[in-house]
Amino acid sequence: MGEIETDKGFQIDLGNLLAYNPNHHFASIPSSREELVKECLEKGTELVQALADSLFNLPATEDVDGPIVTLPPPTTRLPRQQHLPRPKPKTKWELFAEKKGIKNRKKDKIAYDEKTGTWKRTYGYDRANDEDDVPIIDAKPTDEPGVDPFAKRKTDKKQRVEKQEKNHMKNLKDASKSGALPSHVQLAATSLPISGSYAAPKKLSKTELEEVAGAAATSTASIGKFDKKLPGEKPLKNKGKHRKFLPVAQGKGMGLQEREQTEKILNKLISKNSHDSLNVNKAVKNINMQKEKQQQKSKQDKGSSKSSKLNAKKKSFKKSPYKGSSKKGPSKSKTS
Amino acid sequence: MLKIKTPKTHRGKRVLEKRAPKLVENEKKTLILHGTKTSNVLNSLLTEIYHLKKENSVKYTRRNDNIRPFEAGGETNLEFFSQKTDCALFVFGSHSKKRPDNLVIGRFYDHHVYDLVEVGVENFRSLQSFSYDKKVAPKMGTKPLIAFVGEGFESVDELKHLKEVLIDLLRGEVIENLNLAGVDRCYICTAVSPKKVFLSHCALKLKKSGTIVPRMELVEVGPSMDLVLRRHRLPNEGLRKEAMKTAPDHTKKKLKNVKGDPLLGKTGKVYIPDQKLGEMALPNKAKGVKRERREARNNKDPNKQASKKPKGEGST
Repeated sequence: MGEIETDKGFQIDLGNLLAYNPNHHFASIPSSREELVKECLEKGTELVQALADSLFNLPATEDVDGPIVTLPPPTTRLPRQQHLPRPKPKTKWELFAEKKGIKNRKKDKIAYDEKTGTWKRTYGYDRANDEDDVPIIDAKPTDEPGVDPFAKRKTDKKQRVEKQEKNHMKNLKDASKSGALPSHVQLAATSLPISGSYAAPKKLSKTELEEVAGAAATSTASIGKFDKKLPGEKPLKNKGKHRKFLPVAQGKGMGLQEREQTEKILNKLISKNSHDSLNVNKAVKNINMQKEKQQQKSKQDKGSSKSSKLNAKKKSFKKSPYKGSSKKGPSKSKTS
Repeated sequence: MLKIKTPKTHRGKRVLEKRAPKLVENEKKTLILHGTKTSNVLNSLLTEIYHLKKENSVKYTRRNDNIRPFEAGGETNLEFFSQKTDCALFVFGSHSKKRPDNLVIGRFYDHHVYDLVEVGVENFRSLQSFSYDKKVAPKMGTKPLIAFVGEGFESVDELKHLKEVLIDLLRGEVIENLNLAGVDRCYICTAVSPKKVFLSHCALKLKKSGTIVPRMELVEVGPSMDLVLRRHRLPNEGLRKEAMKTAPDHTKKKLKNVKGDPLLGKTGKVYIPDQKLGEMALPNKAKGVKRERREARNNKDPNKQASKKPKGEGST
């Protein structure tokens, strides 16, 4: 049943209980509000009457609550609220099965278990004819020695499950691409997709935090000596050592120490059995290493001569309070 | 990396299924909102719209500073609310010096703004200001009749658009069966001028007329108002086409064994099952067919065959 047009020229859409009078035109708009309302209602009554004419003439079935009529579908077309449901793309298995002509067969929920002679579930816990639920596995000639067959079955199963999960995910991704994900499934990002190489910020441990705080506190000219201590601030545990140089100038006490030190070393070197105190192998190795490093450095400098200018100077002239930096100092050769 | 997220409760799953795109859709829900400022008129109008559509509307009472439906970027919040409440229609009231008593009615498609109509509200009379016999007062949730009067609704683009939006807003649920006892209200929309529409909500009195069709009488129950058209935005053509798509009709049954032949016309094929002659029942069993009796006799007396002959001879 389409749109009805009555003899008065009214258009009636029974599905929406809608009537429209396209012929009316106000010749002159009534001056007072009451008159306008009255005329509008009059025209409205006419339309409603026309609507009722076709509505009450529909075949009705009597009910306890009143006569019930079946309305025709609405003819006025209105936009949808959401898009039409999109067809779900076929999964990879479905495509494969179609190509090969594989059809799904329904299996019974329970199956006969030959081992115990009872009926059990086909799948799941305590299932019938469970191959993994055996106390002994027969050895085969192809078995590798030293491999636990039970553990192998377990890992194999785990891998199969993982693979299936991966496939499931891929199928869902395909479905979401064509906008046909099932309504109750969402694919949520586990990490922020800022960039490919973005890693979630690592949480600093307590000791790391303490170290950083300590470094900050000792990063003043006085190495934090004269700074105000914050409440609850503990002294830094692994304080860097100060390098102490012995005075060069001659004198009493400390002055003598420097001389004694150098003399001691010289004596060792000049003495008859100096070969014993010198580990020649180690020394040669050290020298070779140094040469190699220098060669590499010169290569790099040639390769990026421009960038080397921009690079910050690696060698710091500052005295570092930390042990770590002392490694950069002159290489310790010899000494056995 | 992605992970699969599914609802934790069955109830949650049902809610999501209810909101998913469907072939046959639910009734559109209406979202009712306030702008930065609303006048008394708008406040009462919005509450009354909410009361009229109580089963299928959501009313927000907070002021919304960021919603400006006609401006770019002003619809973000609106679309978010639509997603949240699953509404497909909205009525947004705001009041400013430039546009006093401003009402924006709009629709969503896929939770994005589909189209907008802006009207000013004038001569508003609320539900309370009408006095009438309370017996005729319309019941909640009944399907209204809608009447549009005036050629403007066909000739003027803005009014045509407004008509469509108003139908969507007022029509209620699409139903198949209607109880005629529940016909008790109607909306009258009259195009007074190309810029002005008179909208009124009336109760219906069904008077006896002597025929099956009762005589209709309208009693204004309010709200009633004048809507003055301001701005409007039609949906773009592509979106409109997309939104107007209807579900493919699968109700037609496939006709089997019938063919159209150019010479013979419509021909049918009739299937006749195999005739099983062996199992067929005979109309009446002749005496000679009854083998059992004869066999039984033979078994009883094996010499009978011999004795039969002399008997026959004797008779002839």
